[in-house]
Amino acid sequence: MSAITDNSILESRPGTLSRLSDFFWRNPKILLFLMLAPPLLWLGIVYLGSLFALLLQSFFSIDEYSGLINYEFTLDTYRQLLIPSNFDIILRTVVMAALVTLASALIAFPIAYYAARYARGKWKALFYLGVMLPLWSSYLVKIYAWKLILAKEGILTWIFAKLHLTWLLDGWLSLPIVGGNSLSISYTGTFIVFVYVWMPFMILPIQAALERVPGNLIEASADLGGHPAQTFRYVLFPLALPGIIAGSIFTFSLTLGDYIIPQIIGSSRLFIGQAVYAQQGTAGNIPLAAAFTVVPIVIMGLYLWMAKKQGAFDAL
Amino acid sequence: MTTAVLFDKVSRHFGAVRAVDGVDLAITEGEFFAMLGPSGSGKTTCLRLMAGFEQPTDGHIEIFGETAEGVPPYRRNVNTVFQDYALFPHLSILENVAYGLMVKGVAREERLKAAEAALAMVKLPGYGTRRPGQLSGGQRQRVALARALVNRPRVLLLDEPLGALDLKLREQMQEELKTLQKSLGITFVFVTHDQGEALSMADRIAVFNDGKIQQLGTPEEVYKRPQTRFVADFVGSSNVLSPIFVKRLGYPARYASLRPEALSLGEGTGGRKNVTGRLVATNFLGASNRLTIEADEGTRIAAMVPASIAVPEQGSGVTLSFAAEDLHLMDDAA
Repeated sequence: MSAITDNSILESRPGTLSRLSDFFWRNPKILLFLMLAPPLLWLGIVYLGSLFALLLQSFFSIDEYSGLINYEFTLDTYRQLLIPSNFDIILRTVVMAALVTLASALIAFPIAYYAARYARGKWKALFYLGVMLPLWSSYLVKIYAWKLILAKEGILTWIFAKLHLTWLLDGWLSLPIVGGNSLSISYTGTFIVFVYVWMPFMILPIQAALERVPGNLIEASADLGGHPAQTFRYVLFPLALPGIIAGSIFTFSLTLGDYIIPQIIGSSRLFIGQAVYAQQGTAGNIPLAAAFTVVPIVIMGLYLWMAKKQGAFDAL
Repeated sequence: MTTAVLFDKVSRHFGAVRAVDGVDLAITEGEFFAMLGPSGSGKTTCLRLMAGFEQPTDGHIEIFGETAEGVPPYRRNVNTVFQDYALFPHLSILENVAYGLMVKGVAREERLKAAEAALAMVKLPGYGTRRPGQLSGGQRQRVALARALVNRPRVLLLDEPLGALDLKLREQMQEELKTLQKSLGITFVFVTHDQGEALSMADRIAVFNDGKIQQLGTPEEVYKRPQTRFVADFVGSSNVLSPIFVKRLGYPARYASLRPEALSLGEGTGGRKNVTGRLVATNFLGASNRLTIEADEGTRIAAMVPASIAVPEQGSGVTLSFAAEDLHLMDDAA
């Protein structure tokens, strides 16, 4: 039988696969269900389920003498979050996350703008490579590399010395809070490494948002008399805002939850992630660890709610 | 009369591509000037040179006597209606229209009032609170027009503004644009590839091809007396006759154009010229039929004949006649 026939309706090809194709074509909803069921089950049971279990844990308390969990509903654990030593951890983490997000956005915007507006062909490929490349290597390797760079005997100290700027570095390190014995054991170091590690997560969403802004909107603004600064303020920034928000969700929440960077680089003061790690591990205080974990979730919820109220997603 | 826009041997090259190549033109204040040509002919680049989005590679541009080279778009009192309107999607219609006044520092109340008036002018009163996404193509077109006109520009540039509209709406907008231009007295520079649009709206037309102006004149001049084969062909699909054919009809051996509607069916009398051939195609166009005959050496000639006249049989011998003065000799070298 030749492949070309005069029939106006082609016969069904033999085989189960062909019958299955016909069946799914007639019942697209069943296909959709079959495709979505496994990931939804995964998300629903494994992810949301464990999140719910965590939330539940945070409403229990621990018996201080026996170290056993007391399965009675109480807000005591949350009250513990407010005692100065714990509240400091939360405050420190939130301030760090906010600063890291702000710095990431400031650095990422020009890069993303260049990539979206000007880079073409191989320069665009180079951009993606440059942004993604750091993501290919191990997170730990990068952090240890930074520890060497920031160390007292590291390359950064050496560069400052060669540029006769040692006074500047020393001056900065002698400042309270942000300073320290060397960059690798100061908040400044933690900040630098956070910004470096999360940068791709900020650049890519902003670039995607800017890519969607038609070039003639920029021209229209200039045509109507808008100076470049006004065009940025009234056209480019509002249209890029969903991308900036998306990027900041990444940088903000990743910083809120990370426990490895502050452990390797920075002062010995704890961040939320480290507190969770310590409470659920050595201290065995699962309820407090759970309560600490709820903090970033609540903060992110508030952040998104505020962003939505400010109209950050209107341009979507 | 004041010259609104002056091009003195203006060129714009993109690498090896000569998008605009030595264009001279002078647009008079208050006129409706059309730049007509196929895509890639350089007409839009000329418009962008006027708006300031492009800078000339060579030559000199003046806007109302002032040098325009090196002047950014935001310092030109010239506004553009973009081909796809370029409305700001995150702003309301009223904010879109008021944008130009806002960036120039006009007080909020005053600019919103002006924007409301501009919306009324384009027959969209009360649409201010909507978003561009909620409007139809024709409505967006009007908003783009209001957004440009609210700034009272000295020159309004329109980049194929009617291209995306359906026929009915386009004809209606053509009329409205013409009326608006007359009442406001603003110089309109209109880019289009639609010859009918250019002919019906413009005071003068510049026909572009390959980055150069082929002909510049009133619609009547361009239509009736095309100077080059390109113009004859592009503006209203004239018959272009070869020098040999023209010579045989008793004219100098040059390329000539002959409008289809200048030809009538049957042998002519009293100084009318005749061409004979075989009828090869008939197209019914409603009010008329377009007959195409093939004369000797394969020269094809189209004639527009009223639909009321009976069409001869396909393949039969047909004689067409035209008044001697209707044949127009062109400047093209033979």
